[in-house]
Amino acid sequence: MLRVMQEPHVSDPSRGRVLGIETEYGISALGQPVGEELHPMQLSNHVVKAYAAYASGPGAGRDAGWDYETESPLRDVRGYEVARNQAHPDQLTDSDLGMANVILTNGARLYVDHAHPEYSSPEVTSARAVVRYDQAGDRVMAIAAEQATQRLGRPVRLYKNNTDGKGASYGTHENYLLDRQTPFDRIVSQFTPFLVSRQVVTGAGRVGIGQASETAGFQLSQRADFFEAEVGLETTLNRPIINTRDEPHADAARHRRLHVITGDANRSEISTYLKVGTAALVLQMIEAGTLGVGPAGAGLRLLRAVPAMQQVSHDPSCTALLALADGRRMTAVDLQQVYLDACLRWLDGRGADLPDAQRRENADLVTRWQEVLDTLRDDPTRLADRLDWVAKLALLESYRQRDGLGWDAAKLSLIDLQYADVSPQRSLYAALVRRGSLQRLLDDAEIEAARTQPPTDTRAYFRGRVMDKFSADVVAASWDSVIFDVPGRPALQRVPLLDPLRGTQEQVGELLDRCDDVASLFDALGR
Amino acid sequence: MAESEQSQRRSRRDEVDEELSELPTTDTAKKDELDADVDSLLDEIDDVLEVNAEEFVRSFVQKGGQ
Repeated sequence: MLRVMQEPHVSDPSRGRVLGIETEYGISALGQPVGEELHPMQLSNHVVKAYAAYASGPGAGRDAGWDYETESPLRDVRGYEVARNQAHPDQLTDSDLGMANVILTNGARLYVDHAHPEYSSPEVTSARAVVRYDQAGDRVMAIAAEQATQRLGRPVRLYKNNTDGKGASYGTHENYLLDRQTPFDRIVSQFTPFLVSRQVVTGAGRVGIGQASETAGFQLSQRADFFEAEVGLETTLNRPIINTRDEPHADAARHRRLHVITGDANRSEISTYLKVGTAALVLQMIEAGTLGVGPAGAGLRLLRAVPAMQQVSHDPSCTALLALADGRRMTAVDLQQVYLDACLRWLDGRGADLPDAQRRENADLVTRWQEVLDTLRDDPTRLADRLDWVAKLALLESYRQRDGLGWDAAKLSLIDLQYADVSPQRSLYAALVRRGSLQRLLDDAEIEAARTQPPTDTRAYFRGRVMDKFSADVVAASWDSVIFDVPGRPALQRVPLLDPLRGTQEQVGELLDRCDDVASLFDALGR
Repeated sequence: MAESEQSQRRSRRDEVDEELSELPTTDTAKKDELDADVDSLLDEIDDVLEVNAEEFVRSFVQKGGQ
């Protein structure tokens, strides 16, 4: 089996895409502390440990330690490495300072990052599966908050949002595994206008304009005001629209992992689906090199991408005209249309080569994407049944009307915040879903299953299953390895998982079913 | 829900209705239905909103992240 998992793959266009998403959740403890006030890092640590303790029955993950051997957060795809002593401490993500770090049985990682609890989804191969595991992460956090509340004796709140409205922002990052042969400057130039314009679809909505909400008002995105550069390595300061971190968690000779840091934390399943699905589709087309082919796509560059990011976010009418480098002016919706049209052309040509499941998902994605763009042109408020920012704005407007509130009213900021509360009882998003006001893609049973079970078609399957079955023998794990302490063997055994599409149920499911202990697993592996 | 809470909220809504009564309204059945729907949504949300919005929002301060 190890041979199966390590065999170098032959480049094959029909191989599945590999995607994932990770979110840092906002966190606070209410009421008076028993002793000294907890540092947010300690509070986050309590939350992660509370979930680990809750889950340590059947379906447990464990605090197995993280294997940092192959992590390289300071390597830049542009070909140099930042010296550790010149790096901002926030950039040193490969040292965990004793903070809780749990690998879950669904293949996800739950840990403390930058004073926030973070859930990183397992690797999956479809946008729909991203939604499933992203929503499962929200469930994990809802349970974690409940458990931490009981353990600490104070109410703990977790929020799936990206800003406190007072100058701090924390991220929701999408990850797309790309072919390393795609020139990076092509990704920068062709993907940037997509990321800027997609906010009309993907925004989670925010009360307050400016990093510290200097101006009262509503904007589409939680994140837009925090971007200050077009390209760069940082994620916590001087944030770039295109992040160059070069840490593929896979064979670096073949892959690059594009780390997309502009996205909002979405509660709506449809918003997440469109966010990830359209980005994956556009990236496939950029890799294929067909975007620049059509007349509209040629030379599609924004004159100034960073101000354009804010311009789009600050315009709920979706009619602002963005200046392109070639002198044209276009709305964000029309820019999205250029990408959608190019995707349709690409799907018509290349579509036949894609696996069935991907073809079906792409067809569904482009249909929904077109509907959303048409409705945005016609009357954005009609998307309150699908998109987070529109649903939130509709709710805020109802309150403004009923209670006569101005945009500076604290109640509106509270509604913004509480929309994102992960608790099903307190979340205003959940209240809208219960009333049938927001469409869904999934049902609760699917999400609950994804909270404990791994995807079947990536290496996350192997990772999740061994955490479920052999966690007592797992010393450490990472995205691309699992290290076992096998009884009777003097040395630790490191199983590399460099290929994200190996270690699937098809490849190792029967073996994992059959072996009752880790020694027999390694015997069966022939090691 | 306790009956006293219900009547409290109803009276508060009546006050708002009075304030708004001078605004022009289109008197169709459909609009009334929509309004009733929004009213019941806001009532439901009023029940779960954290108390003391001002203090709650002010104390939500985060360390930056990625």
